[in-house]
Amino acid sequence: MECVFGLVGKGFALVVADTSAVHSILLHKTNEDKIMVLDSHKLMGASGEAGDRAQFTEYIQKNVALYQFRNGIPLTTAAAANFTRGELATALRKNPYSVNILLAGYDKETGPSLYYIDYISTLHKVDKAAFGYGSYFSLSMMDRHYHCDMSLEEAVDLVDKCIIEIRSRLVIAPPNFVIKIVDQDGAREHAWRESIKDAPISAA
Amino acid sequence: MSIFEYNGSALVAMVGKNCFAIASDRRLGVQLQTIATDFQRIYKIHENLFIGLSGLATDAQTLYQRLVFRHKLYQLREERNMKPETFASLVSAILYEKRFGPYFCQPVIAGLGDDNKPFICTMDSIGAKELAKDFVVAGTASESLYGACEAMFKPDMEAEELFETLSQALLSSVDRDCLSGWGGHVYVV
Repeated sequence: MECVFGLVGKGFALVVADTSAVHSILLHKTNEDKIMVLDSHKLMGASGEAGDRAQFTEYIQKNVALYQFRNGIPLTTAAAANFTRGELATALRKNPYSVNILLAGYDKETGPSLYYIDYISTLHKVDKAAFGYGSYFSLSMMDRHYHCDMSLEEAVDLVDKCIIEIRSRLVIAPPNFVIKIVDQDGAREHAWRESIKDAPISAA
Repeated sequence: MSIFEYNGSALVAMVGKNCFAIASDRRLGVQLQTIATDFQRIYKIHENLFIGLSGLATDAQTLYQRLVFRHKLYQLREERNMKPETFASLVSAILYEKRFGPYFCQPVIAGLGDDNKPFICTMDSIGAKELAKDFVVAGTASESLYGACEAMFKPDMEAEELFETLSQALLSSVDRDCLSGWGGHVYVV
């Protein structure tokens, strides 16, 4: 089951997602990237139906880029979150997307922020959030250990605690996770947490 | 579970002496799980008019955006704010537009009309207005709220007493409802 969670620290925001691509009982791959880099300072972690997830996040990424081309300045995180919510809301009563989104971004004026966007386009600005069955474990772990203005070491430590909890208590726990960070230096991959490595493809 | 109970909400508005108060809980949930404890359900339309939206949070947000749009257009055209009664009719019309695919919200509208006369009303999800002289309630905790308000309400309360009464009614009612709670927001005008 897909696990995506995120939190805001001092001057940065983290988004963590599992990296398994699953179809019914089959695990296709264990290095599927579910956290899309929207632009230089935004991350969008998504969980839900695989096709919708890939297609919708790419659609948002391209529209965010289009805004920057047209207007010369990038969207703020709040604006990107509201745009995403609007797209989901418009599609909701026509042909709805089944994607849950965590949008993290860093703005020079307002610092880091994290937005929770449900698959039925409920939007809320939060400090910590999680989707999926893993949320039952990671939210509780974060409720216990999270505090305002965590340093990066503390935050990654908390993320590791959540991953350990998910791995030990969720019956079909995803083997691998990716952690991405967004801060004043931009949005980038921070680390992987792997317990299974895909076998390297040998040359023919 | 009903779609109205998906996110959980509690809303109440009361009339006092030339004033009104409107209050909501702060929980945003997804069925049994709590997502946030600082969710805002009451929105200001203008200085003397507030609307609270209970029910499905996504429809509350969409509906609020449409209402603010309509009110801003009204302000541009008429160069004044909308009266609460007019606004209530607007909300009712917008909800009935979607009669066969409704917004899953129950609004609670509270405002001060001419001569500072307080106005409150609620409506169901397809716009059936219910005007009241004392209090109106909405949300998953509405049954408890009816009981608490009926017991605690007195006519012609001043602002401080109205605030106390409304807060106590809200808190005691949401304590008996697992889908709403985590504090309250109270606006007194």
